[in-house]
Amino acid sequence: MTKKRTMNMNFGPQHPAAHGVLRLILELDGEVVERIDPHIGLLHRGTEKLIEHKTYMQAVPYFDRLDYVAPMNQEHAFALAIEKLLNIEVPIRGQYIRVLFCEIGRILSHLLNITTQALDVGALTPSLWGFEERETLMTFYERVSGSRLHANYFRAGGVHQDLPRGLGDDIITFCNTFPKVIDDLETLLTDNRIFKQRNVNIGIVTKQEALDHSFSGVMLRGSGVPWDLRKSQPYECYKDFNFKIPIGKNGDCYDRYLCRVEEMRESVKIIKDCIKKMPTGPVKTIDGKITPPKKEDLKNSMEALIHHFKLFSEGFRVPEGEVYTCVEAPKGEFGVYLISDGSNKPYKCKIRAPGFSHLQAMDYLLKGHMLADIPAVLGSLDIVFGEVDR
Amino acid sequence: MLINVHDLEKTVNSGLTTTIKRSDIKFGELFIYVNIEDLTSAILFLKTNNKCRFKQLIDITAVDYPGNEKRFKIVYLLLSHENNLRIAVYSEIEESVAVPSIAKIYPSANWMEREVFDMYGIHFKDHPDLRRILTDYGFEGHPLRKDFPLTGHTEVRYSEDKKRVISEPVKLDQEYRHFDAASPWEGTKYIKGEIKKKEEDKK
Repeated sequence: MTKKRTMNMNFGPQHPAAHGVLRLILELDGEVVERIDPHIGLLHRGTEKLIEHKTYMQAVPYFDRLDYVAPMNQEHAFALAIEKLLNIEVPIRGQYIRVLFCEIGRILSHLLNITTQALDVGALTPSLWGFEERETLMTFYERVSGSRLHANYFRAGGVHQDLPRGLGDDIITFCNTFPKVIDDLETLLTDNRIFKQRNVNIGIVTKQEALDHSFSGVMLRGSGVPWDLRKSQPYECYKDFNFKIPIGKNGDCYDRYLCRVEEMRESVKIIKDCIKKMPTGPVKTIDGKITPPKKEDLKNSMEALIHHFKLFSEGFRVPEGEVYTCVEAPKGEFGVYLISDGSNKPYKCKIRAPGFSHLQAMDYLLKGHMLADIPAVLGSLDIVFGEVDR
Repeated sequence: MLINVHDLEKTVNSGLTTTIKRSDIKFGELFIYVNIEDLTSAILFLKTNNKCRFKQLIDITAVDYPGNEKRFKIVYLLLSHENNLRIAVYSEIEESVAVPSIAKIYPSANWMEREVFDMYGIHFKDHPDLRRILTDYGFEGHPLRKDFPLTGHTEVRYSEDKKRVISEPVKLDQEYRHFDAASPWEGTKYIKGEIKKKEEDKK
């Protein structure tokens, strides 16, 4: 009688295909994966604890550092939570700017994911092409917020400042050239034999399993569940836009890739539409208790000066209450469960990161697959450790 | 068949009758309170009942209220795609009580419960694999409890003598400075928009 011998192997935490600091303890039978035990938390920074010790305004930058490939989408959830508790409304121009930058964030994230997924299965070129476009998008971030990544742009009550002159035109120019880049990427990948061999029928998720494992975003839609928070529970002004939600059929890595490509095309449409329809007016609420006053008012108005000082020292107080708000971040449902005790700091702020539940399913997704499929599945899960570990 | 949040409240109240302690609707979402003993059955009801169909667990978390007799409040957030509704289930528990695990009902609860255990030190009965998840190997304490200091208890550094990373008690060169700018005055209650609205109403 031959005894079955399994081998234990350690994958990561420093591994280029781990997309960050993921450590996997693998149990292998030859080359077949028997069990996976992901060890996470190597990038744990205690974001939720830190937020409890900061005023609402000071807490915003922590959200940029969660999913750092699409920072503004995270800020959005937090801003919406505060606005719900404060019961204030964002002026329509502010809402449009938010939608505009959320969709830019979605393209940023999907570009990174598609190209690195290709990199994981052996194609180098897409990442070189994709990153060039990401750089362009990040200059848009920089022009509007002053920083490429850590934007701190979506504040409670609106956005920090209005679009600089000429930015809209430049974004339109980008939107006109970008679909060509998506086409180019697709010629490299979509019908590529190696890419298909590595992704088709790998990491299949059925509808039921996607629900059981709390999947959201592309992971859920790739399995054929028509669920997108922008459509089903519209927040901000997403109701004003016409866009399609791509749905996968087989729930494998390849379908998820196709969904992401289509989503980028839809995002480009939304961005174009958004700039075309961009209304005029204020970009944040005029309530001086919540948003800082204009710079020129500081020189002339005593009230503005007091507001400015109070906002940046004490911050604003949020009425007692609790709320859960979520947005359709590029990776899935990103939620903030916020409890306020009436003071100027959150009593509790729980961050619901989509990647956390996706990564949890690694064991079930990869059981019976080959060792070489691990990077392919990991790539299609779209994991960013900033948000998984918080 | 879609139902709205008020119908849902009625359905939940009639389905769970005595197990439900209180139900509120806040910001268009339903929040229900149950006893910890009834938690599993309530969640199973919400998942399997034909009208509720909360097929997806969004998150599990806890809130620490050190002043309360029942120190922790454990929160389950559920989502129903069919009804397009969310619900939050609460239960208040004492520090020593172990919460029944719902990993059998929702497989994704596994890591979420591990996170609650890690962050708050709440134990889960019948959990398949209750280990720490986010904190470091060999970490002590539960960071999200309110009595855990922001600076933590230990810090790590590379030791030139031992040629490895060591962890030692936190040494702060100066006391941790806590800037509390909250003023004792409540300030005005009014908000500009509301004043405008009132003025318009008068007109």
